[in-house]
Amino acid sequence: MDVLKKIPVREQDAKERAANFEEVCLGYNQEEAQCEAARCINCKNAQCVKGCPVAIDIPGFIEKVKDGQIEEAYQIISQSSALPAVCGRVCPQESQCEGKCIRGIKGEPISIGKLERFVADWAREHGIKPVVTAEKKGKSVAVIGSGPAGLTCAGDLAKMGYDVTIFEALHEPGGVLVYGIPEFRLPKKDVVAEEIENVKALGVKIETNVVVGKSVTIDELLQEEGFDAVFIGSGAGLPKFMGIPGENSNGVFSANEYLTRSNLMKAFDGNSNTPIMHSKKVAVVGGGNVAMDAARTALRLGAEVHIVYRRSEEELPARVEEVHHAKEEGIIFDLLTNPTEILADDKGWVTGMKCIRMELGEPDASGRRRPVEIPGSEFTMELDTVIMSLGTSPNPLISSTTEGLETNKWKCIVAEEANGQTSKEGVYAGGDAVTGAATVILAMGAGKAAAKGIDEYLSTK
Amino acid sequence: MYKIVKKTELTTNIYLMDVEAKRVAKSCQPGQFVIVRMDAEGERIPLTICDYNREHGTVTIVFQSVGAGTQMMANLKEGDSFHDFVGPLGCPSELIKESPEDLQKKKILFVAGGVGAAPVYPQVKWLHENGVKADVIVGSKTKDLLILEKEMQEVAGNLYITTDDGSYGRSGMVTQTIKDLMAEGKQYDVCIAIGPMIMMKFVCLLTKELNLPTVVSLNPIMVDGTGMCGACRVTVDGKVKFACVDGPEFDGHAVNFDEAMRRQTLYRTEEGRATLKLQEGDTHHGGCGNCN
Repeated sequence: MDVLKKIPVREQDAKERAANFEEVCLGYNQEEAQCEAARCINCKNAQCVKGCPVAIDIPGFIEKVKDGQIEEAYQIISQSSALPAVCGRVCPQESQCEGKCIRGIKGEPISIGKLERFVADWAREHGIKPVVTAEKKGKSVAVIGSGPAGLTCAGDLAKMGYDVTIFEALHEPGGVLVYGIPEFRLPKKDVVAEEIENVKALGVKIETNVVVGKSVTIDELLQEEGFDAVFIGSGAGLPKFMGIPGENSNGVFSANEYLTRSNLMKAFDGNSNTPIMHSKKVAVVGGGNVAMDAARTALRLGAEVHIVYRRSEEELPARVEEVHHAKEEGIIFDLLTNPTEILADDKGWVTGMKCIRMELGEPDASGRRRPVEIPGSEFTMELDTVIMSLGTSPNPLISSTTEGLETNKWKCIVAEEANGQTSKEGVYAGGDAVTGAATVILAMGAGKAAAKGIDEYLSTK
Repeated sequence: MYKIVKKTELTTNIYLMDVEAKRVAKSCQPGQFVIVRMDAEGERIPLTICDYNREHGTVTIVFQSVGAGTQMMANLKEGDSFHDFVGPLGCPSELIKESPEDLQKKKILFVAGGVGAAPVYPQVKWLHENGVKADVIVGSKTKDLLILEKEMQEVAGNLYITTDDGSYGRSGMVTQTIKDLMAEGKQYDVCIAIGPMIMMKFVCLLTKELNLPTVVSLNPIMVDGTGMCGACRVTVDGKVKFACVDGPEFDGHAVNFDEAMRRQTLYRTEEGRATLKLQEGDTHHGGCGNCN
């Protein structure tokens, strides 16, 4: 065994998985996990913990894995994270815990994400639940949204002894874990639903089909329904479009719509009542993780899929692992390419997309080199479907119906980073609703910080 | 679960249901809609709120069984439950933001086509309760398909019924009745037209000529109904709007109806296949375009 290298993780063969929705990564078995854990040098001043937004005691749990004490490892993780099976799968470890790992200076870092996933999966398979012992505080908190921020905040508050009710707008809890991230990256029934069950096991109640801002307002929750504090973790659900001609043609979808149909409504499964377009040739516009998810979904539904992105491969915002998987499966990358118009036939159905080639110029405000059009390089791609994956912004349903709740010019709720406090007393916020679209783990970190903030607020009240 | 406390077949394939949904009943306003799901595998189906009883915590919906989803919904009985019933969604009707005094000075004309009578009804009723008499035109293909006549009669100022085939009331399309009323010397300040997209389009073409401001309520394809998916996008005055959160009501003279009608055909074949599968069940083999 080469200690400088990670124990490789088993994956479903690329050709095979391109035609199914089963999980791509198969994870470690116990032997592999113990071998990988043995690579950890158990730093005294562990940098990996500093890289984790929820500060899991990483060397602590890895030590237990090394010794084969998996249940103990699970309880260590559970002290900091309510969703380890999710995080082990979708966290960008390369830029967080693993990015800081001392082993990574010379060689490959410890595969912390895969170890976390192994521990969480093992615990689920062995029916292990997080241990809680908290005295009831006799105070209640309403949590808006059951995505990563809301679940984490709710779980932490329940562990402290608060009565927590989560209000979810859709018919199923989980937020982006359910509607956004596809089955082949994050199995819904085995992983997401189980983690939500664990949060419920802490005493958290979940009421689905409540659109806060429409069915009930924040003020009503505080004044009429008797909640002592509110946490808003409503995410960033509004899709962006390019504003180019032809964008309302039949066959142009937001990545949100396409993924929601496939993931939440299970349209990928032929037995679902919700339709999804079965395309022949698809362009996904954008280069983030959501774009990769949409592209790989379309591929599995039988289409030839192109990622169309205006910058170069180096600037792709998606995780390297996702890009790698997408390429393996046969997604074609048309980089330095920008759409200018969507073409449609006389009945309004998409027939193609006009694009222009780009080159990289001087760095822009984001520090990335600005893409510039190459004159005269226009060309047309023949397509029947275009999926726009240009990012999302927070939904104004809550901010527009809550007086005294400050938002910024991007419609994000303004909240203190340290404790989630907003401009309105007793109201806290965190996750994508505050930051704009970011990652699962950052939202969880914000949910955690807000739980602490709410506890401090209610302790003095 | 959301219990169906009353079910009536208003006419062939058009059903009315009172459903227990306390939160929706408490906060809904005329012009808003709900999304329902029959069971754990069901499609999310948007439906306009036809009436509500805040005291009993019930909401009335009216629907026509057209696709696979609504056909299965029609099979539900009193005492059965919807798996999901979420709302109220969309913005309340603009009308209810005005004071009753201002509204009483206005001459308001409602134009309802087919099942569109259902969403028109709560608005007319609301006006009636606030002392405002509005005229209502209800258009129907035939006498048999006419719904809510009695209820509408009780709350409308003047009720004009017209049938395409002349089997009841006036004869011809609703646009003909609008023209006739104008010829009879009627004058209106505002028109609210709700019905099939094609009807709203032609009402708007006419009222634009007549210089009569017209509000329409759109019912495009939707998934979540909260602004998340953008499936319901429509072009209004050259700008892209989401019907679920910006609407469902829009200035009818600014709506791009041709685009909206094209977008409604998006899943027609997929829906057709689902209907076929439902009707033919296990006996289904071929003919749907999916099988050989």
